[in-house]
Amino acid sequence: MMKYILPAFLLTFLAIVTPAAAVLPDEIMDNPVLEQRARAISRQLRCLVCQGEDIDESAAGLARDLRLLVRERLLAGDSDAEVLAFIQARYGDYVLMKPPVKPATYLLWLTPLLTLLAGLALLLRRLRFKPAEGG
Amino acid sequence: MKRHMFALLPLVLFIVLVALFAAPLLRGTDPSKIESAMIGKPAPDFVLPGVLEHERPFEHADLLQQDFALVNFFASWCVPCQAEQPVLTRLAAEEGIVIYGINYKDNRADAVRWLEKHGNPFTATGYDNAGRVSIDWGVYGVPETYLVNRAGMILYRHVGPLTWHDYVTAIKPLLKRNGP
Repeated sequence: MMKYILPAFLLTFLAIVTPAAAVLPDEIMDNPVLEQRARAISRQLRCLVCQGEDIDESAAGLARDLRLLVRERLLAGDSDAEVLAFIQARYGDYVLMKPPVKPATYLLWLTPLLTLLAGLALLLRRLRFKPAEGG
Repeated sequence: MKRHMFALLPLVLFIVLVALFAAPLLRGTDPSKIESAMIGKPAPDFVLPGVLEHERPFEHADLLQQDFALVNFFASWCVPCQAEQPVLTRLAAEEGIVIYGINYKDNRADAVRWLEKHGNPFTATGYDNAGRVSIDWGVYGVPETYLVNRAGMILYRHVGPLTWHDYVTAIKPLLKRNGP
């Protein structure tokens, strides 16, 4: 009995960390190149029902409908950017997992840089004003 | 003196963050409610078969027949829709508002029975079994209600069950401001 515990534990752990795709067999396209593109696009689109997940990993009904729509657009000959724009036109910026860089999001994108600069400024100040205590 | 100010910096930052996080909670902002990307845009072109057997198809041209129309997305499996139906019925009866219903990803027999049970305030209904037309509207759940003007422009979207209070505070002022 005991000897099964470790493998069981490891299997459970693997099941947890393996990224699960929600794509069902009947959604997969015949053309593997298009399917690859569809998967890549799906990972960039947020599931608005679950919000923390992209539509590639969400089991929500709307996520499935959007996955099928992405594949439909690809079959119609859309480029990746056109497919994303098609969905964005209906659901807004929030549907994109990566927010676009534009005036409204400058602060969002620049915050890490600003924080780093503020930290550096503080550090330099300390080093310059108290050289004797340094090291 | 200056050193003490710097020592207080983390505390000040902490208080600022708490204020930032607390503000939406206290205001009652629901993060699951997303602003529509369709506001100020023309309603999508569509034709849907009616839900009821004798009904004609519901299409984009219907939206242009009155000054304002509400387009309500509902489903028989949607519990909040039941709570909303008396409000829609009252809006149609007392305020004379034209309301169209789009049935979202439903079974037709269930939808017909649901309308018989909970009332049918809709001037026309559309049966969107695939949910494809709803995606063109930017619907991400039911119920959702859109306000459309005579030009076919979407003026407002309400996510979740519409209450009388929502109508008075959000929709009625829009009708006044954009009135003919």
